[in-house]
This record gives sequence, structure tokens and C-alpha cells, in this order.
Amino acid sequence: MIAFNKYYNHFNLLSSVLIVVSLLLLIFKGLNFGIDFKGGTLIELRASDSKINVSSLRDRFNQMDLGDVSVKKFGNDTDFLVKFENKDNKKNIIEEIKVNLDKSFGNNYDFRRVENVGPKVSAELLKSGVIAISLSLALMLIYIWIRFEWQFSLGAILALFHDVIVTLGVFSLFSLEINLSIIAAVLTIVGYSMNDTVVIFDRVRENLRKYSDIKIFELTNISINETLSRTIITSATTLLALLAIYFFGGEILKGFSLAMILGVVFGTYSSIYIANTVLVRLRVSQKTVLRDEEDKK
Amino acid sequence: MLYFSKLRILFITLFSVLFILIASSNLFKFDDNFFDKKINLGLDLQGGSYLLLEIDNEPVIEQKLQNLTTTIRNYFKEKNIKINNIKIENQNIFFNVIENDKQIILDVFQDENSDLNPYYPRFKSHQLEIEDTGFNFKVNFSRQGLIKLKTSSQDQAIEIVRRRVDEVGTNEPNILKRGNNRILVELPGLDDPMRIKSLLGKTANLTFRFVTNDENDRFGVEKLKFENGLEEATVSKRIIISGENLLDAQPKMDTQANQTIVSFTLDRVGAKRFGKATSTGIGKQLAIVLDGKIISAPVVRDTIASGSGQISGGFTFQTATDLALLLRSGALPAPLEIIEERTVGPDLGQDSINAGMFALAIGFMLVIIFMFVKYKIFGLITNVTLIVNLFILLGVLTLFEATLTLPGIAGIILTVGMAVDANVLIFERIKEELKDETNNILAFDSGYTKSRTAILDANITTLLAAIILFFMGSGPVKGFAVTLGVGIFTTLFSVYFIARLFTSIYVSRNKDKGKLI
Repeated sequence: MIAFNKYYNHFNLLSSVLIVVSLLLLIFKGLNFGIDFKGGTLIELRASDSKINVSSLRDRFNQMDLGDVSVKKFGNDTDFLVKFENKDNKKNIIEEIKVNLDKSFGNNYDFRRVENVGPKVSAELLKSGVIAISLSLALMLIYIWIRFEWQFSLGAILALFHDVIVTLGVFSLFSLEINLSIIAAVLTIVGYSMNDTVVIFDRVRENLRKYSDIKIFELTNISINETLSRTIITSATTLLALLAIYFFGGEILKGFSLAMILGVVFGTYSSIYIANTVLVRLRVSQKTVLRDEEDKK
Repeated sequence: MLYFSKLRILFITLFSVLFILIASSNLFKFDDNFFDKKINLGLDLQGGSYLLLEIDNEPVIEQKLQNLTTTIRNYFKEKNIKINNIKIENQNIFFNVIENDKQIILDVFQDENSDLNPYYPRFKSHQLEIEDTGFNFKVNFSRQGLIKLKTSSQDQAIEIVRRRVDEVGTNEPNILKRGNNRILVELPGLDDPMRIKSLLGKTANLTFRFVTNDENDRFGVEKLKFENGLEEATVSKRIIISGENLLDAQPKMDTQANQTIVSFTLDRVGAKRFGKATSTGIGKQLAIVLDGKIISAPVVRDTIASGSGQISGGFTFQTATDLALLLRSGALPAPLEIIEERTVGPDLGQDSINAGMFALAIGFMLVIIFMFVKYKIFGLITNVTLIVNLFILLGVLTLFEATLTLPGIAGIILTVGMAVDANVLIFERIKEELKDETNNILAFDSGYTKSRTAILDANITTLLAAIILFFMGSGPVKGFAVTLGVGIFTTLFSVYFIARLFTSIYVSRNKDKGKLI
């Protein structure tokens, strides 16, 4: 049996630091919102001429008075991602750009993807993203409250917050782009982390009923160990699937799968080291479970 | 938990085979209508254009209020009440009456049978609201009145948008209402929406009006620019004919002048008015005005009584074709703005399909190998179940003709990764039971029973996340929610019916062989 409980305090401290750092990053550095949430225009361009590269593209685009233009390689050497604000929301901007690029590059390029999100739509998308995440956290809270005692709900929700905040913190730290698919990833993380926590909690509650003489400190450790192989196997298969998406699923799914990978790692960790320590700190005992059951009768 | 009746085995087999057949209809062609269904590919996979249009209702509201001032004035004139100082400010109509008439005005506006201010019994609201500010009356649209106005302009606009898109002839366009002031246009397979965008961006309000220098024109005059932006002309506000009078419009080649023109045919009313105007206006310039700009202003040389005519204005064949199309499809009730556009080229779509399918294959292989190494025979059972699960998932998506997007494929891969969870929970539980239980059947039985709550909890939480995502998400993300959500149900089915069936067959044959797992 692995003594997970020996490190409860260490990892609680680590998690607190991670959360504080993440919050500071989110407040002071902020998130790198993509055009979905900030508005603007995105062009994915494929070149068939080696003359077209990041710097020649940047030169061309900067001459067009589009505001802040970002040009990046996208996947391989011939694909580029161009983003700009399109502040005045000019109507025929794409046509103008094509005419302009034709002058320097002729016909040796192709727009593979064009996205243009107006300011009104981006504000709405951001709002509905925030509502979706808050709503899912609230629903999870309600669900776990119905299924377990309040101490368990608190533990599970703290673990969820931890996962969401630290994942977003990593995105802020490395300035990774937040777009619609990241919101989908965060919601899935919420579901996955909850799933993981619930499995361990289910065992803790079962053991609480079984053993009256074992302290919660020991009991959580027993429960973690009993469910450990399941935790490892499920995390492993999920990670295998996600790694396949990350490496082979194409450039568009990279951010999404990265967020999910982070979420699965943090989710697995938090189920063990946050959810359970909340039970220990709240001195959950056999009485907690039994009293509640009597209430229900 | 391990007992299966013959009937149940039959049911499970039939159900699985049915969905596998439905799923395979994506690959083969069935003659049968029921089986010949296909999963729709989202725009991000098949390529195409997604345009979200917003109707700018401001001009419509302005116009309605403008008409209302006249209506109000005339309505009360008949009742011998004089309306003073009537004006429009910030979408409100203000006017004064003498003190004695105030009550009559209020009564008329609040009468449920009033023709001036329609009453909507369903919403318990009038079209207009009136307020006595003490200083004057303030009239504006009520909430319901505004909603009615917006939905009616949306209804008109969507019809015109549909006509214009159909005229261009793209393949299976999808045109839907969003809220009460937006229209969603999905154009599969279209990789350059430039033409459609420019067609939808035009209101196409066509009028024929005389050029005049008479400042005292009864209808008022306005200065308008020519299409080229250089010249200007003063034009009467009196409309001779408008786009509504057109029956047809076609691009034509004028061989004499060697230029492209748009020829048009007028309806009876239009032909009459056009004939009269051209007979009295010989020698005058007739301006052809489209969306506030003059296309051309030819001099009237002859009376045109035939009800047909032509517009010239330095068109190329393309611009003439587009103008004719716009005139045929009619004017939009209000300007449209494209507030969101997402276009994916077909080759990127194909690349995404390939990458997604490759990732699915790799992810699937990795999980299968892992499970086999870890659980041997039970790993094999899990893997067979996983394959059936994948087919059932595809079958359900096919049956409902769901839309598969790139995130949707990611959802399927994720389902593969997470689907083994339930089986793992069960097998691990059985392992524990086997520590103190020597009877295999009893151990397997209680393993299934005791793991059930954890499995249900775990799947319900993921399902909750998927449901929220489905209702809050848009486009491709919705596709992810669909595959993730459907995946939960197919996973539970395959774990509790298919995997359990295989397990029970294996366990009952080998029950005396010591620990099986």
C-alpha cells in the first residue's frame, strides 16, 4: 500500500501555491483570447512558393493597415496562420487582402480557412462560455450534494476549481490561445475530474460504513489504494486516446487536446490530494455517513 | 448479475447487429430507405461557409415611426383633434394637444379594439405605448410591438435571402432563423463566399426618379452620388416605379452599343406609371437609384408604354448578372450585416477528416493493446465490446443523421478512452472480491453489483457536462457534445449487456479453474 496520506500537507501546500500563482497569472497576465472571444479575422494560408514565409507575409500584411497582425507557422512549413483585429469590421477585407497578396505572390497561395467574428458575436460567445462553465460547476455541486454528504461536495468542488483554475493558469503562462474548443475541453475536464473524484468518494463512504475504528486519515489512504489501479488504468487509456489526438489529430485540435491532457493529469491528482484532504480536514467520520442516512429515513 | 435469458441474448444480438448495419450504411449503399442514412459532415469537415447575418432594424423602425406620425395626424383630424408639434426623437414620437383633448388621446391609445394601436391579447400588450409626460405625449413601440416588428422583418428578410442564395445555385444551403433579428446561412461545399456575401450585403432598393433642379418640388429633393462616386445629381423624392413593380430582370448584351445591360419587365401598375412618366417627361433625365446611389440617369427620349426597359451603367457581364439577380429576388426590408463568418476550404476539410480518422485509429489501437496486456482474456472481451460500442455509436449518429464535426471525432476518440473505465471498475472490483471469495460466480456477481453506483455516478457527471455543452455550445463544439453524450449511453449499453454477456459465458464455462482475473 502506498502511503499517499504522508504527503497530504505537502501537496496541499503545492496546490495552494499553484492556485495562487494561476490566479495571479490570470489577473495580471490574462488569457490569450482567440478571435472567437476577442473578435477579429483569422486566415489559414497554404503557400506553394518558398518565397512565401513568415517575414514576407508579415511585411505584406503590415502594409495593409489592418491593426495588429500576427503571422505564425501552422503545423508544417507551407501553412501559416494570420490573425488581425479588423477593428473597423471592414466588409470586403478578404477580397482586398487577396488582391494585395496577388501582387506580390501571384497565384502561389490558397486560403484554406477564413474566420471573421464581429465584436458583438465574440462578446456573446465569451458570455455563453463563462455561463456554460459556471453552470456545469453548479450542476456538479448539486448532483454531488444529492448523492453525498456536504463535506464530500465541498471536497469535490474544491478539486474541480483547482483543475479548472490551474489548467487556465498553464494556458495563461504559455500564452496558449483560448477559443471555443478550449471551453469544450474545460467542460469535459470538469466532467472527468468529477468522475474520478466520485469513484474514490464512493469507496471512502463504503469503507466508512464498514470500519468504525479507522480514522479518516487512514481510511482515505486505504480507499485511494483500493481504487488506485482503476485510477491509473482509466487515466492511462484516456491519456493514450488524447495523445493520439494531440499528435495525429491535426493542428486545429492541438489546443483542445492539450487542455484535456492537462485536465486529466490535474484531475487525477486533485481527486487524490485535494478531494480527500478536505474530508480529513473536516474530520469526516462514520457518524457523518450514518447520521445522514438516518436523516434520510 | 451473470444470468442471461435466451430472449435477452436474442435482443442484445439483434440490437447490436441492427446498429452495426445502420453504421455500415455510411460505407455501402443500401436500397432500403431505413438503412440508407448517412452521418452529415459538419462544415469544418466537408468544407463550406457559415455566415451569421444580423438585420439592422433601425431604418425599419424609423420608417414605421415616420408613417405613424402621418397616421396619427390623419386619425385625429377626423375626430377634430389637432395634433401639434409632432416630431420623432430617439425612436419616440412626441406631440401636443390642447388640455381638453388629452383624455380622448389616452382612451384611443388604450382601447383594446383600437385600429390605431393594435392590441395583442396573447401578450396582454398594445403595439404602442403612450405616456403623458405632463409637457407632451410620448409614443413608442412596446416590447411586444418591437418583437412583432423584428420578427416580421426577419420573416421577409429570410425569404429574400433564400431566393438570392437559391439563385446562385449552391448545393443544399441551410438557412435558419436565429433569435428575432439574425439569420444563419450555411453553404456546404462553397469555399469562396465572396459573391454570396456581396449579394447578401446589398439591400437592393431600386427606384426610378426624375433628376430635377426644382428646389420647390412637392415631394422634396435630395442630392445623390453616382455609383462611381464622382458625380452628383439632385433627384426628386417622388418615386415613379420601384423594385416592387418588377416582374423580371435579365442581363443582356446590347449589340448596338456593345455593352452589357439589364433588361426588365414591369407589372401592370408599373408599366402604366412608367408609360405616363415617360410621356410627360420627355427630355428629362430619369435617375435609376439603387441603395441610395445613382446607377445611371438616361434622358427620356420616347414614351415607353410596353412595360419593359433596360438599365445601362457600364456593367461587366458579372455585375449585370448580379444586379438582375438582386432585382429578381426583391429588396431586403432592412440592411443585413455579416457579423460572423467561418469558411473552410474542401481540402482542409479532407485533411481534417484524414487526421481525425488516423488519430482515432491510433488511439483505438493503443487502448486495445493496453487493455489486452493488462487483462488478457477480459481485455479481449473489453476490446470486442469497444469495437461493437464504436459501431453502435456510429449507428446512433447515423440513425439520427447527426452532424459529425472535427471536435466530434475528438469526442469519439475520447469516448474510446473513457469507455473502458466502466469495465475497469468492474474488473478491479471482481479482483478484490476474489481475495476472500473462492467461488468465481459469486465474486463476479458481487463485483458487478458493487461497482454499479460508482459507474452510474461517473457517467452521469460526464453526461451533465455534455448536456450543458450541447445547449450552450455552437457549431463544431455542439458536435463534440453530441458524440460525447451519445457515447455515454452506448458505452453503458455495451458494458452492461455485451461485455457482461461475454463475461458470463466465459465465467460459467471456466468457473472451477481458480481465480479467473
